[in-house]
Amino acid sequence: MAAANRPLSPHLQVYRPQITSFISIMHRLTGVAMAFGTILFTYWLASAAYGAEAFERAQSLMGSWFGLVVLLGFTFSIYFHFANGIRHLFWDVGKGYEMETVRKTGWLVAIFAIVATVATWATVCPWIGGA
Amino acid sequence: MMDQMRSQLGRVRGLGSNKHGVGHWWAQRITAVALVPLSIWAVVSAVSLTGADYTTFQAWISEHGNLVLMLSFVVAMFHHANLGMQTVIEDYVHGEATKITLLITTKFIAAIGAISCIVATLKVALTG
Ligand code: HEM
Repeated sequence: MAAANRPLSPHLQVYRPQITSFISIMHRLTGVAMAFGTILFTYWLASAAYGAEAFERAQSLMGSWFGLVVLLGFTFSIYFHFANGIRHLFWDVGKGYEMETVRKTGWLVAIFAIVATVATWATVCPWIGGA
Repeated sequence: MMDQMRSQLGRVRGLGSNKHGVGHWWAQRITAVALVPLSIWAVVSAVSLTGADYTTFQAWISEHGNLVLMLSFVVAMFHHANLGMQTVIEDYVHGEATKITLLITTKFIAAIGAISCIVATLKVALTG
């Protein structure tokens, strides 16, 4: 079989969605999204090297609806990838492999990411009494 | 001919699925461990810098602790992101030329990103 036609694993057409595979795909997606996000982070940090005007322009870009949507995505991504990254590190030292535990910690990662994202935004959101 | 003269081990060494063995794996884990505390610091800092003007930012990054942590965060993050993207590219891109091109491009972008973040941080913190 030609290399390009080999079936991909997991075999997507016959694969039942599960929390475990979902979290695993999300870890990759959030990692790649943040890797692209480093370009925006670099723009923001480097803008300060150009002086007050450039930095404040970058700050107001972050406060625009475009900036806020990206930052919301960033917040969720880092919490998700952070929590699941720790889950990975536990596996690396041989802990947490029981199927039951794998499923439970998977749910825990998803719930943590959502709750932490909402909590973080609540502290900065002017409508809910944040800064 | 050359290949026949090499030992079995010599031939197989460095020929794992990603062709550079265990070093990559370790660096990915070590940067991940470093990023656990550093990213908590980064999120807390980002929240505290919401809407900050230049003077506030300059004062913040001039604090020794923030300066050191910012540089640590930048180094760990760009290294980790580069290693991660390498894994992803190796998983999905199979043409050798395209793969090498993408890997090199990723490395260059990560290096330039890291260097400009480091230089900007030092410049603002040390010279205002
Ligand atoms: C917050 C702390 C972080 C931890 C604990 C962490 C942990 C990890 C771990 C353990 C892996 C390997 C996963 C595997 O073997 O499949 C990984 C992959 C990756 N990480 Fe992180 N990471 C963190 C932050 C970041 C950040 C800030 C970025 C991007 C700027 C990032 C980008 C990536 C990418 C692109 C991958 C490759 C994804 C893949 O192979 O599926 N990570 N991370």
